[in-house]
Amino acid sequence: MSEIFDIYLLEAVLNGLLLGGLLALLSLGLNLVFGVIDVVWICYAELIMCGMYAVYYLYVQYHWPLVLAMLAAIALVALLGWILHQFVIRPVLNAEPINQLLVTGGVLFFLQAAATLVFGIEFKNLGVTLPSVRLGEMSFSAARLVAFGAALGGVVGLWLFLSRTYLGTAIRAISQDRAIMPLMGVDPGRIFALTSALGGGLAGLASCLLVLQYDIHPSIGLSFGPITFLICVLGGLGNMLGGFIAAFIFAQFIAVGGFFFAVEWGYVIAFIFFIAMMFWRPRGILGK
Amino acid sequence: MLAVNKVAAGYGGIPALFDATLEVRAGEAVGVIGPNGAGKTTLLRVISKLIEPTSGTLSFEGASLAGVPAHAIVGRGIAHVPENRRLFPRLTSEENLRMGAYIARGTFAQRLEQVYALFPRLKERRAQVAGTLSGGEQQMCAIARALMSGPKLLLLDEPSAGLAPVVVQSIFELVRKICAEGYTVLIVEQNIRQVLKVVNRAYLLDAGRIVRSGSAQELRAAPEIQKAYLGL
Repeated sequence: MSEIFDIYLLEAVLNGLLLGGLLALLSLGLNLVFGVIDVVWICYAELIMCGMYAVYYLYVQYHWPLVLAMLAAIALVALLGWILHQFVIRPVLNAEPINQLLVTGGVLFFLQAAATLVFGIEFKNLGVTLPSVRLGEMSFSAARLVAFGAALGGVVGLWLFLSRTYLGTAIRAISQDRAIMPLMGVDPGRIFALTSALGGGLAGLASCLLVLQYDIHPSIGLSFGPITFLICVLGGLGNMLGGFIAAFIFAQFIAVGGFFFAVEWGYVIAFIFFIAMMFWRPRGILGK
Repeated sequence: MLAVNKVAAGYGGIPALFDATLEVRAGEAVGVIGPNGAGKTTLLRVISKLIEPTSGTLSFEGASLAGVPAHAIVGRGIAHVPENRRLFPRLTSEENLRMGAYIARGTFAQRLEQVYALFPRLKERRAQVAGTLSGGEQQMCAIARALMSGPKLLLLDEPSAGLAPVVVQSIFELVRKICAEGYTVLIVEQNIRQVLKVVNRAYLLDAGRIVRSGSAQELRAAPEIQKAYLGL
């Protein structure tokens, strides 16, 4: 009896690890944009929703190969990120933070309503079922394994870009001293626009991974937007390493909590942990 | 090389600089001296277009700088070491230098070698996060960062500010070395005694106006400067 119990617990822990990778990727784009531009994209999950619809329509309706449809979705959401910055964020860049929250909040409802109008409220799915992978007595969903691998790839790729290239270094530099970037010959507006496109691209990558596991509907953003935001806050808003760690902590609460009680309880425990942490470390695990 | 003609500038409608006219010729080291709040920093910020002049004209190597955005100035050959150094505190010393070479990536390796020859200390500290460097090292790093773009004109804003007296000496020694290397330098300083030992000529700025100019020797000997600033 206890042996079976242990192996299911191990399975839950490993599933939590896989979920953690996905959550880490989700938090990455939001954290990048906040860390560099100092604006929270409340509508981040709705950008992901747009990406999911893009994959769905290109693959199911227009019969594009799945990989091509996903690449196009990433490009589309990157473009959306760029548009969001140029037309919505830029005019309020020097406004009060509350105004910035309100405009991106407005975009959230706009995208949700527009998606309802254009795509309807019915749930759509790709109709792709990836098999589950068995490892001894344990089984894992292949979609989660793929998501975990891609998320890790995204994290490592972003880290290499930020640490090894001129542009990546400039993105880190601008978050430390925006005002003197022109003295380096860097146009801050251009870096912001590029960062926004990159943040959008990461949201696009997340949408490709989510669409493999979840049905698409106009308010799907609400089911993972809040948790993405909480992970970023728990890790320290704008701190990508903190967000990464927080994602794995959160995922373990959900997976292991769900194992001992029920999946819903996993979320409840994770949120209780979050609230407790906000008293203990209000600026996040790695926040300054 | 640089001609500033009747330039006025200010912040939010409050003027800080009136009618400033000065020039810097190629190969010269020119100082702008004056007390705190005289408009020295404003003058440099106007030259690198961090703020737009409200009137007057600026030209560099015969071409007007009107309408040139701040981020295109370093490409014209003007590098600015800002007040308080303003390193990127969480980048390493060498990453800061990399940012200085943002517009001159092709020559990064070569310039890095030149800069390390000039500032051997920075080579030892290359992997150290800039925020943890000592004040003197930070000033070296800020100057080195500006040199990484291969400028024709170097603007230095108060390189001695906030440094211990011994360190001030060594920073001025370095400025002297940079001038000797053939860089054209415009340096703004409150430490009048020291800067007059380094520059060829200087302008005295007071309450936003240029009130006197002349060779370093002349200014050192001028009674009003001796009395007001040198404490003689």
